Amino acid sequence: MMHRIRALEEVALRGLADKVVLGAIHPSIGQEAVPVGVMGHMSADDLLLSTHRGHGHTLAKGASATAMMHELLGRVGGNCGGKGGSMHIADFEVGMLGANGVVGANIVIAAGAAHAIKLRRENRMVACFFGDGAINRGPFLEGLNWAAVFRLPVLFVCEDNGYSATTRTATMTAGAGPAARARAIGVPAVEVDGNDVLAVDAAAAELIGAIRAGDGPRFLHARTYRITGHTGADPATYRPAGEVEAQAHNDPIGRARDTLLAAGVAAAEVDAVRAAALAEMEAAYGSARAAPYPPADQAFVDVQDIGSPAVEAY
Amino acid sequence: MARLSYLDAGRAALAEELARDPLVWAIGEDLGRGGVFGQYRGLTETFGPDRVSDAPISEAAILGAAVGAAMTGTRPVVEMRFSDFALCAVDELVNQAAKARFMFGGQARVPLVVREPIGMWRSSAAQHSQSLESWYAHIPGLVVACPATPADNKGMLKAAIRCDDPVVYMEHKNLWGLEDEVPDDPDYLVPFGEARIVRGGGDATIVSWSAQVHVAAAAAEALAGQGIEAEVIDLRSIWPWDKERVLASVARTGRLLVTHEAVAVAGFGAEIAATVAERLGRDLKTPVRRLGAPRAPVGYAPPVEDAVRVSRDAIVAAVTEMMR
Repeated sequence: MMHRIRALEEVALRGLADKVVLGAIHPSIGQEAVPVGVMGHMSADDLLLSTHRGHGHTLAKGASATAMMHELLGRVGGNCGGKGGSMHIADFEVGMLGANGVVGANIVIAAGAAHAIKLRRENRMVACFFGDGAINRGPFLEGLNWAAVFRLPVLFVCEDNGYSATTRTATMTAGAGPAARARAIGVPAVEVDGNDVLAVDAAAAELIGAIRAGDGPRFLHARTYRITGHTGADPATYRPAGEVEAQAHNDPIGRARDTLLAAGVAAAEVDAVRAAALAEMEAAYGSARAAPYPPADQAFVDVQDIGSPAVEAY
Repeated sequence: MARLSYLDAGRAALAEELARDPLVWAIGEDLGRGGVFGQYRGLTETFGPDRVSDAPISEAAILGAAVGAAMTGTRPVVEMRFSDFALCAVDELVNQAAKARFMFGGQARVPLVVREPIGMWRSSAAQHSQSLESWYAHIPGLVVACPATPADNKGMLKAAIRCDDPVVYMEHKNLWGLEDEVPDDPDYLVPFGEARIVRGGGDATIVSWSAQVHVAAAAAEALAGQGIEAEVIDLRSIWPWDKERVLASVARTGRLLVTHEAVAVAGFGAEIAATVAERLGRDLKTPVRRLGAPRAPVGYAPPVEDAVRVSRDAIVAAVTEMMR
């Protein structure tokens, strides 16, 4: 799965260079271990709220790479019919209730999805991903407090890549960090090396176990590193020289590969996974490029039932 | 029929819908004690604290959680206490609730009712008196309701709860005590976008909504004493708004005055005036007029507060002038 996420985003970045990925995309290259480690403990019935940097979350939740690629190119056959693009990818069939263009906005929405699960007495849970920048927004406090007060089945996952868009988060954030803030609100928190997929997996297992046992919300602070810029078009010149190079040994995919090789898995086997992932994403890209844009009248579809612009837009 | 106050009509509507549909629930600050105006009185006792729930003073979470809960198969009714406080949750309403269905390509429905009490209520001052309905009429995806009577507050709130679109439901604080006959029928629904003719007349058309409807009706009464018959139209909802009924009336009378409590500048009256001017401009007997508040905050001291109120006499004077 980490290879599939990496390959999807590498191909999507080429789509940006080819000028067929039209809007901004926010790659999560280097952060793949976090969604993979968490989502392994969730089923299709469980729900996910994602972010602008959400391709990995979405794919790991079970969305089709082909539909995602169509969406990134704004084509028919996209998860949202080409009307959402990268920042609004959603796949309700697999419990993926949406990426979000507004930092931190999904935290309160996730709390509400969990609230509905509780009201309906269902045995499901919600995972909500956000970055380190989101902890400075009001909905972080409001959503965590809400989930704790109502004892809701939600796992908050802070993917801490060190940057709030293009600014070092540490320079703009007071206090002891995401986990400390969560604990102060009464949400038990675990800190983990987010580039170690096995460590994320183990931490998620423990936290999700508690959530499923009815213990209320939990918080996972995963430290990771964003190898690319904020967006696909951001050269990230604000980073100190050598920072990215110093992280090379920390690539979650490289580390997982080392672990597998040390465990006796053949290199060829690992390489084949990478090759298969690339082939899958190339095929998805080809399919998307061949697909048409949605017709203009889609502008008026699915706005609202009452007072619909399909009837009268003025 | 039962004689109910505007407040009790809204309470009855919610109680009936809570009883009818187990997926309906309400949440907001102080609902366990009946809500700030008593519009939830007794409901927590009847339906339990999970279905009529207190909330922390977290407007973004109240509205944002309602968006998540609505996308997850429930039908939340959220109380924002004062429409002014809903401004703490504008992202959740405008960027999330209003757009989820469209941007996710039709995968989401957000059947959400946002109750936002509006309007001047003696000496409530600048942060508890606003009428911001035109803001929400500007946002694709939202329905905007502004009931003026007890019967409408029942039938429209029920329609809002059963509707699959997010509805901004603006009750006027000054109307809570207004009593009138209200249908008992548990399926009494007032559809959005169907205006109500408050009073017929052939000389001029006065369009209004919410509490200002009653000011307009009083003005029409006074005008009748001068021999001027004004037709008063209560729009009930401003998105959608009943263009056909307004255009038909103005086509007949040749004169239009729009009056609302909200600030006149960029108020919804401007939209109505522009539409009528575009469609009927050549046939009008006199230019369209608007009467809204001046572009100034609402003050605390009564003379300061009243200075921004559109009075009955102002409407009478405007229509009289239009008749010359």
